[in-house]
Amino acid sequence: MSSPAFTAVETATQRGLIGCHRCSAVWEGAAHGQRCGRCGTRLHVRKPDSIRRTWAYLISAAILYLPANLLPVMITRSLLGTQQDTILSGVIYFWVSGAYGLAALIFVASFLVPLFKLSALVLLTWSAQRGSDWRQHERAGLYRMLEAIGRWSMLDVFVVAVLAGLVRIHGFAEISAGVGIAAFGSVVVLTMLASLSFDPRLTWDVRPRRTRAAGPNSARTTMTTPAGMPATGGLPGPEGTGSKA
Amino acid sequence: MREIPDAIVCEGCDAVFRRVPLRSREVSRCPRCGTELERQQRSDGARLLPLTVACLILFVIANCFPIVAIELQGLTSRTTLVGAVIALSSEGMSPVALLVLATTIFFPLLQLCILVYLLVPMSYERRPAGFSVLVNALQALQPWGMVEVFLLGILVAIVKLSSLAQVIAGPALWAFIALTVLLTAVLSFNPHSFWHMAFKPKETPT
Repeated sequence: MSSPAFTAVETATQRGLIGCHRCSAVWEGAAHGQRCGRCGTRLHVRKPDSIRRTWAYLISAAILYLPANLLPVMITRSLLGTQQDTILSGVIYFWVSGAYGLAALIFVASFLVPLFKLSALVLLTWSAQRGSDWRQHERAGLYRMLEAIGRWSMLDVFVVAVLAGLVRIHGFAEISAGVGIAAFGSVVVLTMLASLSFDPRLTWDVRPRRTRAAGPNSARTTMTTPAGMPATGGLPGPEGTGSKA
Repeated sequence: MREIPDAIVCEGCDAVFRRVPLRSREVSRCPRCGTELERQQRSDGARLLPLTVACLILFVIANCFPIVAIELQGLTSRTTLVGAVIALSSEGMSPVALLVLATTIFFPLLQLCILVYLLVPMSYERRPAGFSVLVNALQALQPWGMVEVFLLGILVAIVKLSSLAQVIAGPALWAFIALTVLLTAVLSFNPHSFWHMAFKPKETPT
């Protein structure tokens, strides 16, 4: 449900404008696929095939999420024998040895964040595909959060890389990377690609349902701009220009 | 096709607004979805260039010296970042090695080099060749440089080993810490601003 205050906002699509996603120049009367006159990037009303691409990345990431968590990410060979660690067994090791903070950090970065990212992106893509107007403001916030936290899941890949490079005392202790880390790295990259290919503007493209009359929330009510009218005349200004510390 | 110079389109929800002039360090946000519309950067080219050069120097130090060393019963073992990448690829983990190489060495280095290449001519009000391609590349690279995540990875690895062996911090570790701080300052500069820097002088003759 979008609050009534947001219905006054007019979108670029309704006004027949396209904003370049690279240099943010705004063009009037530009066709989809035409090149931006400033930076030469192709202009798109929405990212092309956004929903389909996002689904493809998400499904691949979800499939790889299983081997990433089940297969060993690190193999330790020492005088005491060979030990294979998965991501969760590494967390348990830290927890048992008393490093609770570190255990929590790895658990969040390596297990919760990828899982959260996958499910949140499924939710975002699914509701955008349906053209739903459900909690649009929260969905927009969720997307911005996903973009910020996604990269931190790479933590475990780097830990294994450093350990594999560092611990190579032949005969005494040797650490090498397991197959799981390749799957894990792929999950991180695929979810990052998924969130990059998702177009957040789709969250706001509400389709009127067939059973309901097109309400004031409908994005398709005023598609046309009268020709000759100054396109930026009467545009509202952005809210809250607060200074940042 | 006609440019509308005083309009701004929200990247998050496609809403159109009139561009308002911002004071230093002000940020405008979309009232509908909360996405950042525009930010008045405090640091323009003049301040950014020395920071970028400092980053490049730290980057070289961070990659030439060992990050950490361990000592176990008189035997020592140490590694550099490149050493870790080579170790991974020699174990048949070439895709992972490539991922680490790209996110911690190749992409950040490329970002820094592009910044220097763009900033030097722009301090003389000149637009270098390949300007739009490079600014686009800078924006595309932004999510993929992960030096700060790598630093956290080093610290976790150190804690992990500290119960098993004696861990000695190498010079590159300090370089990585300094690099992370400086790189955060440098990369908080939004590449979008290059477009404003390059196209502003024409628009404001007054």
